[in-house]
Amino acid sequence: MNRAQKNRLKDKVFKGLGITATFLGIVILAIFIGFILYQGMERISWEFVMSLPSRFAEQSGIYTAWMGTVWVLVCTTLISFPLGVGAGIYLEEYGKKNWWNTFLEINISNLAGVPSVIYGLLGLGVFVRMMKMGNSILAGSLTLSLLILPVIIVSTREALRAVPSTIKEASVAMGASKWQTIWHQILPASFGGILTGVILALSRAVGETAPLIVVGALVYVPFAPTSPLDEFTVLPVQIFNWVTRPQQEFVINAAAGIIVLLGITFVMNGIAVYLRNKWQSKMNW
Amino acid sequence: MVKKIFALVLFGGLFFISCGSGGSSKQVKIDGSSTVYPISEAVAEEFRSVEPNIRVTVGSSGSGAGFKKFCRGETDLSDASRPISPDEQELCKENGIKYKELTVALDGISIVVNRKNDWIDNITPEQLKKIWGPDSEVNKWSDLNADWPDKDIHLYGPNTAHGTYDFFTEAIMGESGASRSDYNAVSDYNVAVQGISTDQYSMGYFGLAYYEENQNKLKLLGVDSGDGPVNPSLETVKSGTYKPLSRSLYVYVAQSASKRAEVQSLIDFYLNNAGKLAKAVGYVPLPESEYEKQLSTFESFASGSEQTQ
Repeated sequence: MNRAQKNRLKDKVFKGLGITATFLGIVILAIFIGFILYQGMERISWEFVMSLPSRFAEQSGIYTAWMGTVWVLVCTTLISFPLGVGAGIYLEEYGKKNWWNTFLEINISNLAGVPSVIYGLLGLGVFVRMMKMGNSILAGSLTLSLLILPVIIVSTREALRAVPSTIKEASVAMGASKWQTIWHQILPASFGGILTGVILALSRAVGETAPLIVVGALVYVPFAPTSPLDEFTVLPVQIFNWVTRPQQEFVINAAAGIIVLLGITFVMNGIAVYLRNKWQSKMNW
Repeated sequence: MVKKIFALVLFGGLFFISCGSGGSSKQVKIDGSSTVYPISEAVAEEFRSVEPNIRVTVGSSGSGAGFKKFCRGETDLSDASRPISPDEQELCKENGIKYKELTVALDGISIVVNRKNDWIDNITPEQLKKIWGPDSEVNKWSDLNADWPDKDIHLYGPNTAHGTYDFFTEAIMGESGASRSDYNAVSDYNVAVQGISTDQYSMGYFGLAYYEENQNKLKLLGVDSGDGPVNPSLETVKSGTYKPLSRSLYVYVAQSASKRAEVQSLIDFYLNNAGKLAKAVGYVPLPESEYEKQLSTFESFASGSEQTQ
């Protein structure tokens, strides 16, 4: 075998490995989703979505859980969106290359790697106990906001960086101030990317259980929240509780809950993809 | 477009802040043992049909975590599958929390093995101590009895967060928390059920409800503490013949909370229905007279005529 044949063989082997790696992930995901659908589909109904939790598995529903999830999601968006995008704009457009900004940047990337349960403990100490918010939606949302802020900041910076520098220079050359340039040129051009990052970060927050359990999301909450200071439960916590019950029927409920949760994440990811495509096609220079 | 979205976010924020001032209805907070959780949940659910305006929330963070919150004054009632420990009593005292212990139901801890296990039917507390003790030298079934298979014994039990763990070690070893640590410590009992049902040489312990729901997958061992082997059941736990692994399940009430009308009405409902509901969710009810006694001690506690702990 000469060298060329050897290299071709290596190429084939590597291609095979790549295909196996790709399909392994997809097949496992498909088995998982198929199994969940098989187990939980029979429980999916309007009643299931609109019922309060109950000790009877057949009457039990996820109304308060998904209402809690929506509340937490909306509050988290309201908190993390302005903070994360603001920080991203500062670091990318205003921040100078000095030791202070380098220090901030390193810390933000470090924060992105901290396990979520640590954020939960932080939330419990600071928001729940020190600031006396109790086990409220507000405390949970603030905790989740901290958790996803690094992701939002990093993706905002990526999106801003993707704007061609010629646009920036042209705007400044026309006499626009820095803020005018950011507001009228850079933000509209990068908004698709920013939104995508925010939505992907939020869909991670939707599935988080550990920090919310630490902060004190309860299990049996027989009312939908009416204010950010109400106590709450979320879908993952409800699912976790059902899985640990001795009765098999609750496991079916858990599977049905997982289907709804998966649905929510898929829809959110879909919106992210849609927005990205829409903004990309709109921006033609 | 960007401006519109920013405006939307801003208005959304104002909207949320403006409706954030509501929600002053009566509320009772319960947290604690995941073992007692099903009873409290059932009570809270039934209570809703009597008093729809009282919001009862129930958490299941575990007996220990529940007491930590309770002794900080964060919850009104605390579920527990073991009595409050001296450390926790100290914490409550520091924060000036006075409380009353109420027994709401009984539970037995079942010792189970795989269904294919044909060499053991009963076990004594001494054998359990030998297997589960902190310096246990039992690694194979044959270490326990030379006639038994020369195979590794695989142990499943709750992890240290569970009141069941505290109770089992207390009852068998005589000291809470004294246990070997090289077993499969689970946080979810269904994992233990799964493990034991698929492993011929395994053994484990958990609350009776988990055995009853999985009778076709597991083999129950009788416990022989001198008077012949006894299987845990509704009758043997209630009569106290299943020992030493029968336990009480508790609800602790804070005195400050017990002054509130909604808490009083909830406790009243709890003790009047705990027997029926405990049975429905897989536990063993106390005799009827016992609930009445609890109720009268609670009433005198609530009115402040009795000083406790």
